[in-house]
Amino acid sequence: MLPDKIVYMANQIATFFESQPEQDRLEGVVTHLEDFWDPRMRRQLFELIDAGGKDLSPLIIEAASHLKRPRQTA
Amino acid sequence: MKDFILPEDADFGTPPVHSETLVTLTIDGLEVTVPEGTSVMRASAIAGIQIPKLCASDNLEAFGSCRLCVVEITGRRGAPASCTTPVAEGMVVRTQTEKIKKLRRGVMELYISDHPLDCLTCSANGDCELQDMAGAVGLREVRYDAVEQHFTPRQNGEANPHYIPKDDSNPYFSYDPSKCIVCSRCVRACEEVQGTFALTISGRGFESRVAAGMPGDDFLSSDCVSCGACVQACPTATLQEKSVIEIGTPERAIVTTCAYCGVGCSFKAEMRGDEVVRMIPYKNGKANRGHSCVKGRFAYGYAVHGDRILKPMIRDDIHDPWKEVSWEEAISFAARKMRAIQAEHGRASIGGITSSRCTNEETYLVQKMIRAIFGNNNTDTCARVCHSPTGYGLKTTFGTSAGTQDFDSVEQSDVVVIIGANPTDGHPVFASRLKKRLRAGAKLIVIDPRRIDLVKTPHVKAAHHLALRPGTNVAVLTALGHVIVTEGLFDERFIRERCDWEEFQFYAEFVSDPRHAPEATEMLTGVPAAELRAAARLYAKGGNGAIYYGLGVTEHSQGSTTVMAIANLAMMTGNIGREGVGVNPLRGQNNVQGSCDMGSFPHEFPGYRHVSDDTARSVFEKMWGVELDAEPGLRIPNMLDAAVAGSFKGLYVQGEDILQSDPDTKHVSAGLEAMDCVIVHDLFLNETAHYAHVFLPGSTFLEKNGTFTNAERRINRVRKVMAPRNGYEDWEVTMMLANAMGGNWTYTHPSQIMDEIAATTPSFASVHYELLEREGSVQWPCNEAHPIGSPVMHIDGFVRGKGKFIVTEYVPTDEKTGPRFPLLLTTGRSLSQYNVGAQTRRTHNVVWHEEDVLEIHPHDAEVRGVKDRDWVRLASRRGDTSLRAHVTERVAPGVVYTTFHHPETQANVITTDYSDWATNCPEYKVTAVQVSLSNGPTDWQEDYEARATLSRRILPAAE
Repeated sequence: MLPDKIVYMANQIATFFESQPEQDRLEGVVTHLEDFWDPRMRRQLFELIDAGGKDLSPLIIEAASHLKRPRQTA
Repeated sequence: MKDFILPEDADFGTPPVHSETLVTLTIDGLEVTVPEGTSVMRASAIAGIQIPKLCASDNLEAFGSCRLCVVEITGRRGAPASCTTPVAEGMVVRTQTEKIKKLRRGVMELYISDHPLDCLTCSANGDCELQDMAGAVGLREVRYDAVEQHFTPRQNGEANPHYIPKDDSNPYFSYDPSKCIVCSRCVRACEEVQGTFALTISGRGFESRVAAGMPGDDFLSSDCVSCGACVQACPTATLQEKSVIEIGTPERAIVTTCAYCGVGCSFKAEMRGDEVVRMIPYKNGKANRGHSCVKGRFAYGYAVHGDRILKPMIRDDIHDPWKEVSWEEAISFAARKMRAIQAEHGRASIGGITSSRCTNEETYLVQKMIRAIFGNNNTDTCARVCHSPTGYGLKTTFGTSAGTQDFDSVEQSDVVVIIGANPTDGHPVFASRLKKRLRAGAKLIVIDPRRIDLVKTPHVKAAHHLALRPGTNVAVLTALGHVIVTEGLFDERFIRERCDWEEFQFYAEFVSDPRHAPEATEMLTGVPAAELRAAARLYAKGGNGAIYYGLGVTEHSQGSTTVMAIANLAMMTGNIGREGVGVNPLRGQNNVQGSCDMGSFPHEFPGYRHVSDDTARSVFEKMWGVELDAEPGLRIPNMLDAAVAGSFKGLYVQGEDILQSDPDTKHVSAGLEAMDCVIVHDLFLNETAHYAHVFLPGSTFLEKNGTFTNAERRINRVRKVMAPRNGYEDWEVTMMLANAMGGNWTYTHPSQIMDEIAATTPSFASVHYELLEREGSVQWPCNEAHPIGSPVMHIDGFVRGKGKFIVTEYVPTDEKTGPRFPLLLTTGRSLSQYNVGAQTRRTHNVVWHEEDVLEIHPHDAEVRGVKDRDWVRLASRRGDTSLRAHVTERVAPGVVYTTFHHPETQANVITTDYSDWATNCPEYKVTAVQVSLSNGPTDWQEDYEARATLSRRILPAAE
């Protein structure tokens, strides 16, 4: 998957949850990524964050710190 | 029309009447009690006495024209028509007296004096009510020699001025005026059942004739939509299916379910041997109540089309021609390739796509194979590209992913809101039922960029048409919420009882912000504020308000948000949990609901339980005897992305054509081309098969047993009416592949698969074939709490407990118009064609829609020098194609529209890769485009055509 697409999709999710009640935002993003993103997509997200998280929404970067890192091989 | 009388399938002559008051009368000495307002004819039929009739049918209001159904009533003068005479308490009726017998014979004698006596060679022979009635009344002679008549081309040596030749213009039925008895049943069926008003009786007295459209029209050029209701209503051979003319009368009937749209109509497949003679909508079908559209009734010919591939084929390279092989060879070739890919690239490097056109049982098996045998959750279905936002949105707000009502519910609605759907074309039988309700006084609000037929059609006019700019759904729906909340039109009692009041407070604060006022959003959405305010007031306070929506809601980057905005509106106005209200997604394909229910999505098991849910997972681990992956798998667009990136290499596609149906064709083809093994399981060598290594022939709905679940959650039986021409039902093919990969499955009938579904899925716990045989159909949830299913959901509380209000902030799509691409393209479907057209293009339906055309407003056409029928080039940032223009005011200035039924056009070369934020459902409905004059097909189209021809080569089988 292309990195810019991962960024785009993650930011779309962040944009939605930014409009939600403050107490629901972080959990909303974390749950959404865990529920709907296949491990390789989450791994790519971590790679991007590890590389500095350029262009990623702050809410995504914050959420990632609460997200389980998927195992390396499936 | 006489047809096969299945239990409770008899014609009672006039429609049922609903009344609490009961009336008792005596008919031929038999006492019968019926609701007040029932006709004497119907009461007789209930008592078991069939009064002769010609112009009456219980799907039409009584007309009283044929005079054959006369009876004698004690204390009343003359011989009243039993169809138009209501029962009265203590009434004494006699249906067979000397006077009545004489009158009936006289009536029949007059009818027959102007009717040809060619019964033996007539296409209605054995299926003619006129013939039956002549027999029933004992007509033995015709004393009149007609001086003038309608049925011979020549009379007295001259051309007969009253003779009108046969109209064969419709591909499916013929109109032979010489056989017509002017009973008006066809005209009434067109009005009352279909609601098109295409037929009329022209002339008066002896000159009365059935006519389609305006003077000079034939059936094809008229407004007729070829639903066939008139043909079914005709008591003679006047309107007759051409298939009956060619084949003869059927000898048996089997009730089954249509495989086209999500209405899920029940049909009787009327058969002679293993040939379908005709399809007749089943009167007791609870979705369609005896009605049908052109697709379901007539467009089944693809099943025997010469393009069907009946032998399995393989090839090592997609540039090679296909090689026909045995089933064993094809299956082991496929299994070997898939296992080899996993050995090299890991367990998660393969996956599959279930079909929303296949049965529940077939879909269940495909996802089972992927989860249990492939060992991952890379399963998805075409619902991804249509109703996945419905799944997300309704689950979040209500707690489950399904429409809340049955179709009967519309009969109780006072205000109907149609959003992003075009029911007269996409869901025609529902549209007919809706129009009937609208003619009886219900109000209609249409929210759609196009002026769809329902906005103004005979005897139906929308109270409000909010013609929004494509992509502004959330802004419009939030503005409706703004009006309802700020004007105090919400239902506080319902919200306090059924939802979380605190959550509503937060929502109310959000939506009350002046930036959501219709006056503030008008510039953006193009919807006049006053019109929007009036629509909001009508929905909130107009009585039972029901929302029906389609893909114009879901196929946007804010599709899921729009679904939640709809749910908000229904909750705040208390329009949930009873008949006549609700939120109802109109599903595109026959089994979209079922394929979602059956666990086709990569994140959830059957019954919408997340794969990380340990309890649910252990149920399946125990049943299937394997450990299952607790991580969600890839969705279709993610699979294609992963394929391009190199981590996804093998795909099994059952009954879907992702290359034609999915957005951004070039991206799809790049993904498919990057895979090592693509297995296409389909009826035809579809577009996706250009990139396939294995082709497994599929079976049609006529050739298999199973169930479909329609848009109202109704589980309907699909019954095998002929043997599969390819040799196997689709579930058997999946089982062969699963077993070749170590499955060890032993199903011998789909009922066993349904038993497994019931055993593992709480909402299906009581669904077994015996129950379906007994009840005809049931709507899930169907379990101990709801033993015969649930027509209306969320009656006493939401599935999730409290209904959840969600803040719906409008976020504009990134697909924006600009100087190079100033117009917005939106897409849809036509009445006669279905989805990618694989089926309907292989029927006579092409006479109505032989190509995709581009609808463009006269203003936009004029500034580009485009005239009607000109070839135009349609270009977006993604690609270009060409097609013919249709200049029309149906679309607003700035908006163009086309369909995606034809691979030659490939509208999806134009559409973008943008998708719904929550579900990745593609944004088909908004693409920035430019339109210019062109000379014909683009280079891309010519290249594609050449490639398709090359890819479809088949080598003869080796001896």
